[in-house]
Amino acid sequence: MTDTLPTPGAAAAGAGDAPLLEVRSVGKTFGSVISLQDVSTVVRAGQVTCVLGDNGAGKSTFIKILSGVHQPDSGSLAMNGQQVTFGSPRQALDAGIATVFQDLAMIPLMAIWRNFFLGSEPTTGWGPFRRFDSATAKEVTRRELGAMGIDIRDPDQPVGTLSGGERQSVAIARAVYHGAKVLILDEPTSALGVKQAGVVLRYIAQARDRGLGVVFITHNPHHAFPVGDRFLLLKRGRSLGDFAKGEVTRDEITSMMAGGAELDELAHELERPGD
Amino acid sequence: MSTSTTTAAEPGAAPSPPPGPAGAGDERVARVGVLRKLLVKPELGALIGALVILVFFAAQSSTFRDISGVANWLDPASTIGIMAIAVALLMIGGHFDLSAGVMTGTTALTVGICTTQLDMTVWAAIAVSLAIALSIGFLNGFLVVRTKLPSFIITLGSFLMLQGLNLGLTKAFTGTVTVGGIDDYDGYDSARAVFASTVTIAGQQFRIAILWWVLFTVLASYVLLRTRFGNWVFATGGDEVASRNVGVPAARTTITLFMTTAAAAWFVGTVYAVRTTSVQANIGIGQELIYIVAAVIGGCLLTGGFGSAVGASLGALIFGMTQQGITYLGWDTDWFYFFLGAMLLLAVLTNQVVRRYAESARA
Ligand SMILES: Nc1ncnc2c1ncn2[C@@H]1O[C@H](COP(=O)(O)OP(=O)(O)OP(=O)(O)O)[C@@H](O)[C@H]1O
Ligand SMILES: [Mg+2]
Repeated sequence: MTDTLPTPGAAAAGAGDAPLLEVRSVGKTFGSVISLQDVSTVVRAGQVTCVLGDNGAGKSTFIKILSGVHQPDSGSLAMNGQQVTFGSPRQALDAGIATVFQDLAMIPLMAIWRNFFLGSEPTTGWGPFRRFDSATAKEVTRRELGAMGIDIRDPDQPVGTLSGGERQSVAIARAVYHGAKVLILDEPTSALGVKQAGVVLRYIAQARDRGLGVVFITHNPHHAFPVGDRFLLLKRGRSLGDFAKGEVTRDEITSMMAGGAELDELAHELERPGD
Repeated sequence: MSTSTTTAAEPGAAPSPPPGPAGAGDERVARVGVLRKLLVKPELGALIGALVILVFFAAQSSTFRDISGVANWLDPASTIGIMAIAVALLMIGGHFDLSAGVMTGTTALTVGICTTQLDMTVWAAIAVSLAIALSIGFLNGFLVVRTKLPSFIITLGSFLMLQGLNLGLTKAFTGTVTVGGIDDYDGYDSARAVFASTVTIAGQQFRIAILWWVLFTVLASYVLLRTRFGNWVFATGGDEVASRNVGVPAARTTITLFMTTAAAAWFVGTVYAVRTTSVQANIGIGQELIYIVAAVIGGCLLTGGFGSAVGASLGALIFGMTQQGITYLGWDTDWFYFFLGAMLLLAVLTNQVVRRYAESARA
């Protein structure tokens, strides 16, 4: 689990080994909108870094910087201590950063197995006869999903016919299978019921146990707390803090996210007059 | 908001995926199976349509079912088909090319002008024509990718420009609206063998374009269903942003598709030029809609991401059979368009159902 790579860059002071992915005070503006400002955190192998924040806090913008969709206007990224820049999602993927976007990046009309290998299709044959190895693709899809406990009826089924949780699970399995070192999940649980959210959280734990560094975005502290090793709190594009697990409680996170005073006020407001 | 699964109708079924197939799992397969069959076979509707039309005309016209009749209706189907295949690939990739029709004219005229006016050999003219076609295709694709404007409007622009160029340049070179006499130039005989000869099968001469059409159908199906590029075509048309996010080179795919359409237009234009040896400056105009209709009848969704090359070929076959069939029956040819309009509407309505079904479970 520890990094044995030589780390020529400035390593994190305390740990001694460079983290898998380090975010150094990144910022991003869209025209006049400051979407993100001076946000830093680290992602370590075998750990889950949770990014928490309300709607519009800049969570999606943050992970789009990590995954190469956006380039930061300020700050930088480092992998294993070495500074990196991603000009496109492809470059981030090649560096081992796989992202399950909020919209899942799946093509609803395409079969599960085609989606599973989209962008990384295995091929067989040579020269002009090089072709998409569909037999292997179907086989691997079935096996990999099975290994994660996802019982798909038929890999030929279009992804659009799967339920929300099933689709989320396929997207995670896809990212894990394609050799991701860092797995980024944008609000994988927000559209799900309690039971399906539990299934997805279990996949996150599984990916973590396989030694991946996981970045888990959510606005629900109850989903973040059980799996998180590190918590980055965002509010209106700024970092409210970047805590390790022992440094903060669930209630503190909740109250910081909502703004403690605001939440107390809300609780007061919602109380029944009779109680 | 809690998301229910597709199996919401069964109160007993657990929505979360329990490992290991249970009895309930098998039930679900059966329920989805029938609908899904319609989905994975975009060309099914066109196949049924083609069979109905074949039986309809064959029953009423002996000329139609005669082998010489067959050769006759396969001929228009072949040139439309070659274009419809390319247009279908492009539509699956999420785009239209309104310049596809006029481009067959541009390429045919280029062959004519390069030989008769610039004294090139026929093969050199054909090569120049290909280079021009690929450049136009590249430009169409590049503009679409760069501007992110609908391909509909971009290619409407190139359609009008090419229409003007076809007439303007033909007049400038020849002083008339026709280029003729291609057969007087070197290489005509071998070019004719490739593009415009006939092949005798069972005592009947068939245009060689029919064989090319079959070959291209097989090739396009193979590329679409069995190669990485094919997967990218479906993905780019299905959801461009999503496919880019998982590393699909969407821009390259789109440009390649536009260039493929242009290459098909080059092929068909060359067939025209070599076959007739004299080319009218207005040739090909209006055909682009016929290609699109054939592709839609063949199961291509107007929204992209779904369709088949075989379907587009069947759509073209429906065109060929209807066109010739109506003539054989001695009907007024106006009925041809009524008939096609009806086919198109039917196809679009069917496609709509497909799309709805596939998206019905989206959260
Ligand atoms: N491409 C863009 N152009 C302009 N503004 C943008 C763009 N992307 C994001 N923003 C703005 O940046 C802010 C942060 O957006 P972001 O999508 O990162 O929020 P979020 O935390 O993911 O919210 P949610 O929980 O709703 O997903 C918002 O105010 C949004 O309007
Ligand atoms: Mg978001």
